[in-house]
Amino acid sequence: MSEHQIHEHDVLIIGAGGAGLRAAIAASAEGATVGVVCKSLLGKAHTVMAEGGVAAAIGNVDDRDNWRVHFADTMRGGQYLNNWRMAELHAKEAPDTVRELEAWGALFDRTDDGRILQRNFGGHAYPRLAHVGDRTGLEMIRTLQDYGVHQGMDVHMECTVITLLEDGERVVGALAYDREKGHLKVFHAKAVVLATGGIGKAFKITSNSWEYTGDGHTLAYDAGAELIDMEFIQFHPTGMMWPPSVRGILVTEGVRGEGGVLRNANGHRFMFDDIPPLYVSSTADSEDEGWRYTQGDRDARRPPELLTRDHVARCIVREIKEGRGSPHGGVFLDISWIKERMPKAAEHIKKKLPSMYHQFKRLADLDITEQPMEVGPTTHYVMGGVRVDADTQMSTVPGLFAAGECAAGLHGANRLGGNSLSDLLVFGNRAGVHAARFAKERGAGTINDAQVEEAGRATLAPFERVGGEGPYQIQNALQDMMQDQVGIVRTGEDMQRALDGIQQLRDRAQRVSVNGNRVYNPGWHTALDLHSLLTVAEAVARSAITRKESRGAHFREDHPEKDESEGNLNTVITKHPDGSMALTREPKREMPAELRAIIEEMK
Amino acid sequence: MAKATFRIWRGDADGGELRDYTTEVSEGMVVLDAVLQIQADEANDLAVRWNCKAGKCGSCSAEVNGVPKLMCMTRLNELPLEKPVTLHPMKAFPLVKDLVTDVSWNFEIKKRIKPFKPRPPDAEDGTWRMAQSDVDRVMEFRKCVECFLCQDVCHVLREHQLFDGFIGPRFLVHVAALEMHPLDTENRLEALRTDQGIGYCNITKCCTNVCPENITITDNAIIPLKERVVDEAYDPLRRFFRKMTGGR
Ligand SMILES: Cc1cc2nc3c(=O)[nH]c(=O)nc-3n(C[C@H](O)[C@H](O)[C@H](O)COP(=O)(O)OP(=O)(O)OC[C@H]3O[C@@H](n4cnc5c(N)ncnc54)[C@H](O)[C@@H]3O)c2cc1C
Ligand code: SF4
Ligand code: SF4
Ligand code: FES
Repeated sequence: MSEHQIHEHDVLIIGAGGAGLRAAIAASAEGATVGVVCKSLLGKAHTVMAEGGVAAAIGNVDDRDNWRVHFADTMRGGQYLNNWRMAELHAKEAPDTVRELEAWGALFDRTDDGRILQRNFGGHAYPRLAHVGDRTGLEMIRTLQDYGVHQGMDVHMECTVITLLEDGERVVGALAYDREKGHLKVFHAKAVVLATGGIGKAFKITSNSWEYTGDGHTLAYDAGAELIDMEFIQFHPTGMMWPPSVRGILVTEGVRGEGGVLRNANGHRFMFDDIPPLYVSSTADSEDEGWRYTQGDRDARRPPELLTRDHVARCIVREIKEGRGSPHGGVFLDISWIKERMPKAAEHIKKKLPSMYHQFKRLADLDITEQPMEVGPTTHYVMGGVRVDADTQMSTVPGLFAAGECAAGLHGANRLGGNSLSDLLVFGNRAGVHAARFAKERGAGTINDAQVEEAGRATLAPFERVGGEGPYQIQNALQDMMQDQVGIVRTGEDMQRALDGIQQLRDRAQRVSVNGNRVYNPGWHTALDLHSLLTVAEAVARSAITRKESRGAHFREDHPEKDESEGNLNTVITKHPDGSMALTREPKREMPAELRAIIEEMK
Repeated sequence: MAKATFRIWRGDADGGELRDYTTEVSEGMVVLDAVLQIQADEANDLAVRWNCKAGKCGSCSAEVNGVPKLMCMTRLNELPLEKPVTLHPMKAFPLVKDLVTDVSWNFEIKKRIKPFKPRPPDAEDGTWRMAQSDVDRVMEFRKCVECFLCQDVCHVLREHQLFDGFIGPRFLVHVAALEMHPLDTENRLEALRTDQGIGYCNITKCCTNVCPENITITDNAIIPLKERVVDEAYDPLRRFFRKMTGGR
């Protein structure tokens, strides 16, 4: 092991988004020494891109809100496949974790009486999202980063974890490589927290960056942990459509929260055409009522544009498929129309949605205060992930914890907007606390040198092969295939074909070669990412083939209805000892009577 | 389809050269699109940083035809494509490879700035009350995406390499955000005057001109800080008064 630098930490945190940073702060506060590794520079993780806000039932704007309503909304949005204990903890703890951010220096927009302002978002009964214009994620990650670096954590930037190191059943560290030099680094830790985010790069049209290759999911799976709910991928209804180079970039739901409406090519506001039974009683029945809701009228019900994302995305697909789409294959999202309803509408829009204004102006030559935007669905978020204990966030492997987007359970079959940022805070905190306690109780394990040597060799293998295919071709082929065959509208037949395709791509990936040297080499990095991408792609396809019903974000054209016998089951993926992917179904855990009562009451 | 040529710096600390790559360009493309296309098609090992592709993360800083810019927010139709588009890494920082520079100095500097220290909570439940107008006053500074383009262009760092004595415009903005935070009670003025070298800034406004977030770095952050530093040195009472009234 001569060549490798060794770093020792009580708790190693993989990922420096909201979840990882919050976990690092919590673990430091418990007295642990903490190391954080991340693929990019500090402060550039996905969390920085979040726009709309963080959901917490603080009740500053509407005092009828409380944790019970937030809990019921989250469960309804997730079509009751959620881990109810996580939904309960999340709803109860989110308000304090948001207030804590303020104590660390975050500044949110204010109510008239000087408290944190909250805005409307899809699926939330009351205005619930604390926000700063449409750059809430930046405020959040910067606050955590600036506070965190003073709590004594070691940050290893531009460092990518390739393998978790095991001592028997337990995870005791990780092998990583640093981009700047291309050197391998060994991290020896008493507990490891995965906070690696999502898998959006498995699809062609996505709001996600190059980082979202499902590394945490795959690291956990390879170490023997269970993944659940992998069939549930959120396609956000509004991504940019034009010009082609920006296709998929997110248009925040905040646009609809502020009164933006969806229209088809005929100018028809199609969201009123189809309202799901679970939501009929809480949806406006006229355009006027919908408008009043967005302007804070407590007696009005929400406009259908603010139904859950899975539903809005499918309505948009329907309009496009049936020939009523916009010129570049989307539909129209219009916020400029509010000038009919309020004076100084242009100023208002620029104030409430500054980065959306800027984004369209710069990238699409379009002034959103004057013209409608063209939007269509984009791959956004994965509800599925590492199965964790609700209270401690430990995975099914001792010493391995997971939090944030790479963990599963809170969101069930569909996530509500704003519930991710709060997820990061609540469960990042819990993961950090419990990882630190685990570290204290269990002490250090032993690193297996043979595992390090072998993983190290595999990492360098692409340099040794010559004349093989480049990694980008394989990545693109996978993205195209997943988009077409395992995307927003699915059939068993298509997905079966995709599984075969994944196998073929795996064979090709074995032969990939890279050129250049080890110093900051994106080709090499992309070659190493392929293993994760292919693993999560297979997990998604297998889980989706098994779920023969439509629920939440998972829509099967060949099984378009909900099936309650399926709705009671979670899909569990594990690695079989022979290396193949194994899938089982498990009934949901029974919900305690008191939580059931809340759901009944809020129906 | 139309084609354009990109003349990209390839090399590391030991040396390198500008190399030409010709690639297809289509409507709406930005410089970063072209770079990623070249990377995928013919130069897999071309080093470049990016994340969001929407001007939100501040990763993709480079010098486009000599001007410090975010590549993801620079449209090709704003550039003269009849001649090659030249792409250089930021010149103020040590080169790692190709378009990637070592910006770790910035993260070290930030650690040395005294952190946020709030006044005691205003309400029983441990929360504070603030007017939107108080929040708005510092909002501009908090938009910073840490692209470090302002650091790149500031002559104190770029030409004079005073990395030991001057924190640069990015961190003057950061200090301004903290000093003008409605809840903050810390005093950072002595450090600004000494270790952090605010005196080196001679208000050339080059930083303001390149900031992709349109932060008026010089007029709104640096000049008010310079005034406070002077007040602190000669008239501590006035500075106290300014802080209490939240005035700039
Ligand atoms: C454009 C956009 C807008 C959004 N808006 C909202 C919103 O308004 N409200 C909301 O609630 N949610 C929103 N979301 C979702 C939310 O932002 C993300 O789900 C959330 O930020 C994920 O946080 P995280 O901490 O789990 O991961 P991330 O912030 O993505 O961080 C992942 C970290 O893991 C690191 N990493 C990954 N793999 C490795 C590896 N192998 N080795 C080392 N490090 C690794 C990465 O470098 C990164 O630091 C939005 C998402 C996007 C893309
Ligand atoms: S105004 Fe000051 S900080 Fe800005 S570039 Fe000029 S000298 Fe540097
Ligand atoms: S102040 Fe502007 S130019 Fe400087 S780092 Fe921040 S965003 Fe970039
Ligand atoms: S890629 Fe994020 S700012 Fe350019």
